[in-house]
Amino acid sequence: MDKETLNTPNINAVKTIEDNSEQNINGKKPQKSKSPFQLALRRFLKNKLAVIGVFTLIVIIAGSLSAPLLTDHSPTKSNLLMVEHPPSDEHLLGTDQSGRDNWSRLLYGSRISLIVGFSAMFFTLIIGIILGSISGYYGGKIDNIIMRFTDLILALPFLVLALTIMAIVDDISVSLFVTIIALVSWPNLTRIIRGSFLSLREQEFVLGAKAIGASDMRIIFRHMIPNIMGLIVVNATLMVAVMIIVESGLSFIGMGIPQPQPTWGNMLTEALSVRILTQHWYAWIPPGLCILITVLAINFIGDGLRDAFDPKSNQR
Amino acid sequence: MTNETVLDVKDLKTYFFLDDDKVARAVDDVDLTVKAGETVALVGESGSGKSITSLSIMQLINKPGKIVDGEVSLLGRNLLTLSDKEMTKIRGNDVAMIFQEPMTALNPVYTIGNQITEVLRKHKKMSKKQARQRAIDLLKLVGFPRADQTIDEYPHQLSGGMRQRAMIAIAISCDPKLLIADEPTTALDVTIQAQILDLMNEMKAKLNMGLLLITHDLGVVAEYADRVLVMYGGQIVEESPKKVLFKDPKHPYTEGLLESLPSIYKEEDRLGTIRGTVPPAHSFPEGCRFSSRCPHAMDQCFKSNPEIIHLDHDHAVRCYLYSKDD
Repeated sequence: MDKETLNTPNINAVKTIEDNSEQNINGKKPQKSKSPFQLALRRFLKNKLAVIGVFTLIVIIAGSLSAPLLTDHSPTKSNLLMVEHPPSDEHLLGTDQSGRDNWSRLLYGSRISLIVGFSAMFFTLIIGIILGSISGYYGGKIDNIIMRFTDLILALPFLVLALTIMAIVDDISVSLFVTIIALVSWPNLTRIIRGSFLSLREQEFVLGAKAIGASDMRIIFRHMIPNIMGLIVVNATLMVAVMIIVESGLSFIGMGIPQPQPTWGNMLTEALSVRILTQHWYAWIPPGLCILITVLAINFIGDGLRDAFDPKSNQR
Repeated sequence: MTNETVLDVKDLKTYFFLDDDKVARAVDDVDLTVKAGETVALVGESGSGKSITSLSIMQLINKPGKIVDGEVSLLGRNLLTLSDKEMTKIRGNDVAMIFQEPMTALNPVYTIGNQITEVLRKHKKMSKKQARQRAIDLLKLVGFPRADQTIDEYPHQLSGGMRQRAMIAIAISCDPKLLIADEPTTALDVTIQAQILDLMNEMKAKLNMGLLLITHDLGVVAEYADRVLVMYGGQIVEESPKKVLFKDPKHPYTEGLLESLPSIYKEEDRLGTIRGTVPPAHSFPEGCRFSSRCPHAMDQCFKSNPEIIHLDHDHAVRCYLYSKDD
């Protein structure tokens, strides 16, 4: 009896408070709820460095897409009568040792560098997500097999492994190059995704998803992957920068995309000659600068995304 | 109201096979039935096997756990013989579950509506539009006044009590025959607790579901249960209607539990306690599992585990004190 009378006014009080708050909310214009991704986007746009990175990258991508509009010269056609000319109105950045237009090679070369960077990231990501999520979700024997294989690849030095495969395959095309790079660089991402799956699968909403009858595949791809999307996006972005550097490095030492196809990396090859390094700055500074700016821009974007998805990491 | 039996669990044994060859008998020989429209409370301390029992019913036991023996029939179908794929059709449809932690039981990256419609579209094969309408109705039913807005909100925008309401909406969306609530109010404060339990009670009556309420809160039991099962060390030690249990507890463990409750009638400085702790599930004593803590323990209690003794048609106890031989 006493308990009843004591409780009733309390509950009513709670109700009136709730009702009031309803009215307040209804009084204002109803605001559309923001998803975690929209919230992250908002934080990202507040990061100046990251936004500068985005603009820089857009300019570079626009330049590579509109290459035919920006130059009349073919990037691959050599002209032995015009070898190593300094910059002129006709050739903005001069010509290289085979008489090809440097400006045109720079523009078309950006296509290869970006394509390699993004598609190598894409394939690595696919391998990493599939293996990492299966390994982390199921655990046990499957996890053991996948992880030992991952350890095996990680135990071999990346560069040596890549170089060995490239040396065996003699005719390297862009798609083959991308495949090789992706096949040797997936272990890191796989481990990261597996790690976060291990902690995620213990969360109660995963059990909840099972309790409403969701299948394993549905739980992995619809319930768990979106929860680590932030992590995946950040790692994928930073990976593009790494891939561009790897391509440049390998092309520079002549183990990447072969001539005459232009890439920023194999344009730098010219600088192997001391004469060109000291006298023909226009042949090697622009591609070097392009690599630097692109990688820097992508890294800024990656850092911005990291801070946006994990606001706590920003508190220094 | 029909009194058909919704859930019938017989001799359920769920063991965990640990690395060092130890076997944790987390659930050992549990029998329980739940009828339509009935609330059965499963009470016990932490580690007594309540949650494992509920997960066993849902077939959600992970390695190294395994259901070793027994029968779990839901509406006459033995769930233990079904394949994983058939089980996914039953979970969320015929039997639904509400969890303890409303803060983590909802997926943070999807809206409430998204998570309700997921169930409806999977089990009821509704179109997007139908499912959305039904989701709004469900949210209204569980007490969201502005359901048409809440449906597009994310879990982090709701308070704990509201999230638990949303969980209930998800759980009852397909009109399950059995609802398992695993400590649904433990993480909530007292005023919200009463609201949530009232809501579950109301839904139970409306949909004529069986409700298996798992709790360690005897106050909740006194208020909402029809029948009570007291669990200790993976076994049911006493089963009785609620009123009988509070008036006339038989098992020494139940007595201890009730003594440890504060009472407004008695004036006392210290609450009664049960000495000792629950032994770990891999090293239960040889005899009765409560023997090491029991004030009435006899020689026999340390030698063998007592069987269930039926005192009455609806009152049973697992204790030698009530052996018929005496």
